[in-house]
Amino acid sequence: MGSITLKGVRKSFGAHDIIKGADLEIKDGSFVVFVGPSGCGKTTLLRMIAGLEDVSGGAIMIDGANVVDVPPAKRGLSMVFQSYALYPHMSVRGNIAFGLKMAGLPKAEIDKKVEDAAAILNLTNYLERKPRELSGGQRQRVAIGRAIVREPKAFLFDEPLSNLDAALRVQMRLELTRLQRQLGTTAIYVTHDQVEAMTMADQIVVLSAGKIEQSGSPLDLYERPDNLFVAGFIGSPKMNFITGRLAEEKGAKTIGIRPEHLGVNKQSQGWVGKVAVAEHLGADTFLYVDVPEIGTPTARCSGEMAVKVGDSVGLVPDETRLHRFDGDGKAIR
Amino acid sequence: MAQRVTTSRKIINTLAAWLVGFIIFFPILWMVLASFKTELEAFAMPPSFLFFDWTTENYSIVQERSDYLHHAMNSVIIAGGSTLIAMLIAIPAAWSMAFAPSHRTKDILLWMLSTKMMPSVGVLVPIYLIFRDFGLLDSRAGLVFILCLGNLPIVVWMLFTYFKEIPKDILEAARMDGATTLKELVYVLTPMAIPGLASTLLLNVILAWNEAFWTLNLTTSEAAPLTTFIASYSSPEGLFWAKLSAASTLAIAPILVLGWFSQKQLVRGLTFGAVK
Repeated sequence: MGSITLKGVRKSFGAHDIIKGADLEIKDGSFVVFVGPSGCGKTTLLRMIAGLEDVSGGAIMIDGANVVDVPPAKRGLSMVFQSYALYPHMSVRGNIAFGLKMAGLPKAEIDKKVEDAAAILNLTNYLERKPRELSGGQRQRVAIGRAIVREPKAFLFDEPLSNLDAALRVQMRLELTRLQRQLGTTAIYVTHDQVEAMTMADQIVVLSAGKIEQSGSPLDLYERPDNLFVAGFIGSPKMNFITGRLAEEKGAKTIGIRPEHLGVNKQSQGWVGKVAVAEHLGADTFLYVDVPEIGTPTARCSGEMAVKVGDSVGLVPDETRLHRFDGDGKAIR
Repeated sequence: MAQRVTTSRKIINTLAAWLVGFIIFFPILWMVLASFKTELEAFAMPPSFLFFDWTTENYSIVQERSDYLHHAMNSVIIAGGSTLIAMLIAIPAAWSMAFAPSHRTKDILLWMLSTKMMPSVGVLVPIYLIFRDFGLLDSRAGLVFILCLGNLPIVVWMLFTYFKEIPKDILEAARMDGATTLKELVYVLTPMAIPGLASTLLLNVILAWNEAFWTLNLTTSEAAPLTTFIASYSSPEGLFWAKLSAASTLAIAPILVLGWFSQKQLVRGLTFGAVK
């Protein structure tokens, strides 16, 4: 079991509020990703759930019990750190077994559990090595092994993949998601990478400046962002925002349209402009088009469409995919 | 061609290093040699280097005149005792300053270091009077006490810099793994800090062993360590070079042996903070 509920959780240093009252419901067994720009408080919030940071106000409930005054060791959670934080003087076996040893399990049981975890993570051949003799990916696996072997109520991941190279990151992303589904344990995962958030999460929590902006399923956030911040943060390339006359015609202060919802044509239909930059990714091409009165919106078109810098193109927005925002940046629905 | 240049470079560097090493070591070598000479040969001009009548009589005279073992025992007790007590006080102090600092921590550290900038002689009279009134003059307890206080700032500083190098994440990981504060200390922090603890311990034993100002001024015979033992050979009756050398050789021998076996730790201790 591992349901976690935050009720008005606050954190402040003096007069400065780091977390401004977070309310959140995390269902047992779900994979929740905290995402936001750096300095938004996502890691602080995770560490508060872990018990590594004090809480200034509010309640953190794990399986219905308020744990605000419970030390980290007694919360039944386990954490994977960005730096892996392996014990450098212990072997891989010692690292994975440490938590079980602290819990006072009999040696035979510890050995069995450690070997099972090592088998899942392909670490069997490395059990007697020290962390410094391992590659980055292997160290990462040891850190994960240390977390899963204790069968915690929930896993807490603090940007665990940010020290890996791009190819390994994609692979570990898949392995982590699969592992979490297999174990069925609640997971909270912090990242600043919205691609990681979109691909891994059951539920995404978008934070900005110590506030939860929106929480929901990845597609929910993509299709129905509550405000300008979420609209701009989720999705890559970013949503185009247009203000002025065009927005006013639609009864909004700002309108937003995603690059993939802008149809590109060479017949000068819709918004006409010149291609300033064309990024050819192969399957897709991203066009940055200078359109008078609008700015430089980004459009996505098929890689087969032959468009060069300086070409004149027309952009036709898909009216059903248009997002409208009021003067406070809130979505108008 | 390039290979050749580096080879000759290497040879020159090696020779230069040996030369500098020899120059630094020479006084010690000379002292050891002089301790095996007769008093007459010890200040003969020109000095004899290796070809003289080797004698060990200086050593037996020194042991006879002033009990070497008694002083050596005092040195061990004073150096060991003051270091151990300093460590017992400094480990928790440095621990809390490194892992739970307040906004005053930096000031406290600097203030502690500033006490080392004051010349010891400046507080000699008050300390002497305090020692007299408390009956601590010429007592081992008194010396352990004063040397411990004198070295405490250095011990705290050294341990503080070592502890600071230990990533906080690892201690937090132990906490998440269910370790209590005591277990975290025993299983995680201490094993990681052992190199630092060892070099701090060694350096302070050496500092306390060599400390001459307080040991000379606050003792006469009963608690006198080896520093006093050496000093007793430069007396109004005149200098006895050979015997002084024998006494000095005996005084530094234990620390030399200790230093030899702990070179690695010592280098790390002496360059603490400088190299990361």
